[in-house]
Amino acid sequence: MFNYEKYLRLEMFPHIWCPGCGCGIVMKSLIRAIDRVGLKKDDICAVSGIGCSSRLTGYVDFNTLHTTHGRPLPFATGVKLAKPSLNVIVVTGDGDALAIGGNHFIHAARRNIDLTVLLFNNGTYGMTGGQLAPTTPIGKVASTARLGSIDPPFDACKLAIAAGATYVARGTSYHTQQLDRLIEGGIRHKGFALIEILENCNTYYGRPNRIGLLDLLQWEKDNTVNIKAAERMTPAELQGKIVTGLLHQAERPEYVTQYEELMTRAQAKARAAN
Amino acid sequence: MKLLQGNEACAEAALAAGCRFFAGYPISPSSEIAELLSVRLPQMGGRFIQMEDEIAAMGAILGAAMTGVKVLTATSGPGYSLKQENIGYAAMAEIPCVIVNIMRGGPSTGLPTQPAQADVMQARWGTHGDHPAVALTPASVREVYDETVRAFNIAERFRVPVTLLIDEIIAHMRERVVVPDPSELTLWERPRPSGPPEQYLPFGDTPSGVPPMADFGSGYRYHVTGLYHDARGLPEDHPEVVDALQRRLMRKVELGLPEIQKYEQVSLALDDATLGIIAYGSSARSAKAAIRLARARGIPVGLLRPVTLWPFPEGPVADLAKQVRHLIVVEMNLGQIALEVERVTRGLCPVHRVNRVTGEPIPPEQILEKIVELAGS
Repeated sequence: MFNYEKYLRLEMFPHIWCPGCGCGIVMKSLIRAIDRVGLKKDDICAVSGIGCSSRLTGYVDFNTLHTTHGRPLPFATGVKLAKPSLNVIVVTGDGDALAIGGNHFIHAARRNIDLTVLLFNNGTYGMTGGQLAPTTPIGKVASTARLGSIDPPFDACKLAIAAGATYVARGTSYHTQQLDRLIEGGIRHKGFALIEILENCNTYYGRPNRIGLLDLLQWEKDNTVNIKAAERMTPAELQGKIVTGLLHQAERPEYVTQYEELMTRAQAKARAAN
Repeated sequence: MKLLQGNEACAEAALAAGCRFFAGYPISPSSEIAELLSVRLPQMGGRFIQMEDEIAAMGAILGAAMTGVKVLTATSGPGYSLKQENIGYAAMAEIPCVIVNIMRGGPSTGLPTQPAQADVMQARWGTHGDHPAVALTPASVREVYDETVRAFNIAERFRVPVTLLIDEIIAHMRERVVVPDPSELTLWERPRPSGPPEQYLPFGDTPSGVPPMADFGSGYRYHVTGLYHDARGLPEDHPEVVDALQRRLMRKVELGLPEIQKYEQVSLALDDATLGIIAYGSSARSAKAAIRLARARGIPVGLLRPVTLWPFPEGPVADLAKQVRHLIVVEMNLGQIALEVERVTRGLCPVHRVNRVTGEPIPPEQILEKIVELAGS
């Protein structure tokens, strides 16, 4: 029986998430992945922004930093560059990372700095009552789009790949065994790792759109296709499907390693000048 | 003895004070600080990064500060405005950091390469909510050096963000400076815990009001948040807890006033002053010149020059108001510190303003004109 309590701040429970919320599912997947990698709690720094998923950092027993809306990536960049021995995990949401935090998302990926970023994508701003998000599908209802959204949504993974991320994966709150492996791979990966996680907000996304909790999870099952299966499917068969799994992996110099090399060069140059 | 630019002095002093992390974004007239530190920090084993915007620069230094390192960022008006939210975060989460604002003409894009002193109220109230503020206003290149070291000391001892308000004249001027030997400097470090991790309270009350701050990764695991929180750092909105935290954040700076406050009195020690000038930064230099001219004409005028602008030197200003017949507040804005002087002196004596908002320094003659007018009245 897996011991989750070892990794949790029990004094923070009961948590604030709704019954049925996908955040709890993903948090447990993260904990299992950390356990598999064998990281020590003192060596982990978890950084989050603002939103329901960002509350995760309060519940886990690591060095935790709950920052301002959209800004966990710059804070995490500072932590990692200043103390590279820390394993820095970023927990963010679709609004936090792709709307207000979009600029930081692009640049952290561009730098390929060694962070593991869990992007909880529930297609809404749940914490504030279900407003439109940059990932809300066209036609879906939100509290600021009651006649249905006309805003085209982002593909976070394509954005990350284009910006330079070297490990890009997509999972769901339904496919938890796959998610464990994707998160573990992201932690082990040396470079910018993004794991986008389609997860269910039954209260503020499901209810206004008249989709029940089980239907949300069923949707994740029915409308996603693992990349290995997708490679054998025709474009017609893939129409309307979202591909999951490890979508992209590459080798590029990691930012902190590059900076430490620069430090060595700077010090050699200074010594030579004296 | 070196010929140093104000910005150069700031960068060198930061290194001497132990700063080993800088994150910033280019903006005139502060960019020299970033450029210098991009070269010097890696030489000294420190780290430098140019972030994608000013908000990210502020976030990066706060993240780095959590690992135990002394941190700096530098900007000007538009960037200072962008940083406000994260400055508030630093105040709430009690993260030591130094923010340099080289003051230029505003509002908005304003005058990118010309001086002003119009961000002083923003340095007090720029970010939302009730929070203490510490801001220092050096008036010479040597003072930039000293005040930069002091800024780090105050930030570390009191776990607060400290703003160095340096107007563009001081930032870009060059003066001959005897740079102190770094080994002669007194440096303060943040208090760190020493007891068992299970008993550590990162936001607990102490006699000084300042809780010990553990480095991330040092064996003390805790939560840091901008939400109201209890002594453990965990989110808590119970009214008693909210009130207690809010008041402790203010109290720790109030208790630290003797170590934070700093001002200079010129020609006031001579009890004959009947006119008092209050000026800071480069305007104080113009005021000193005006005083020399006035004294040559037999007008007894003196200067009170705040070096620590926030917290405002209420005691010394109130005492001055009891001594003189008129107070003249000289600043390159339309009257911001004048508002504080009026508030603090409560009608004890009239408060007059000498202002210039053209992007030019205030000429001593403009100040002398007001002195002569009031001396004759």
